[in-house]
Amino acid sequence: MNKKQFLDELRSKLVGLPDEEIENRISFYEEMINDRIDEGKSEEEAINEIGTVDEVVREIAKDTPLVSLVKHKMKPKRRLRGWEVMLVIFSFPFWLPVVITAIALTFAAIVVMWSGAIAVYAVEVSMIVTTFWGVGGFIASGMTDTYFLGAALLGFGGSILMVFACVGVTKGMCRLTRFMIIGIKSAFIRKKRR
Amino acid sequence: MDAQLKRGVLDVCVLAAIKNEDSYGYKIIKDLKPILELSESTLYTILKRLEEANMLVVRSAEYEGRLRKYYHITPNGLRRIEDFKNEWKEIMEIYAFIEREERYL
Repeated sequence: MNKKQFLDELRSKLVGLPDEEIENRISFYEEMINDRIDEGKSEEEAINEIGTVDEVVREIAKDTPLVSLVKHKMKPKRRLRGWEVMLVIFSFPFWLPVVITAIALTFAAIVVMWSGAIAVYAVEVSMIVTTFWGVGGFIASGMTDTYFLGAALLGFGGSILMVFACVGVTKGMCRLTRFMIIGIKSAFIRKKRR
Repeated sequence: MDAQLKRGVLDVCVLAAIKNEDSYGYKIIKDLKPILELSESTLYTILKRLEEANMLVVRSAEYEGRLRKYYHITPNGLRRIEDFKNEWKEIMEIYAFIEREERYL
């Protein structure tokens, strides 16, 4: 891949960004490639050092706040005419359900993602409850009922073990969420506008 | 490293790289290479943030028949470096305290 191909491909994959931002980015990367070539590297080497176009797009997505991407995407290219505004307002029975469905689906996806984690937390909570219940029962029985003592020990041991599971699952979920956000942002940047 | 902390440290590193003389993108990356690996897009974001905060100004100058952007530090940028050094002194004192307490544990 030569410099022109690299920059053209990058430009085509950044269409979701404001035009000025695209030009700034492109000229920045072009300068970076040129400076490497001046140092005696081949075009190929220079581009390899910078990485693949997809890596660059992902990095840019990571650095750009989602809010500004959405804002840019929602901004019409020109002012809407009066009748267009009316059309948008009066066609709400059509687009409102679509918006609500999209929000509901996103929410459902998040709940499904977290349900596994919530199950692990629930086990941890139940282990802790069992511990207190067992201790309480054991004391109430005048320290004779070993059934309660056993339950308390089981709950205590289990709750300690589950702490590790909780930490692990939380870390995993955070990583997954971050990964998804970058994915969503990349999709926004790549999406072509009319 | 904590993301917030890392961002602050990277900003000051880039400011330090242009402190003594104006520099350009690739040179900043090369100068910082021995202490940290900085990707192009990360540098771009930092430079933009610093420009918006009036800590540096950008000028384009011709170099071998093409334009190259040079970054020049402003008084604000110099002050940021000084502030950072003072903040760091405080952090080092806290660090020394933590180390001392651990030894007596």
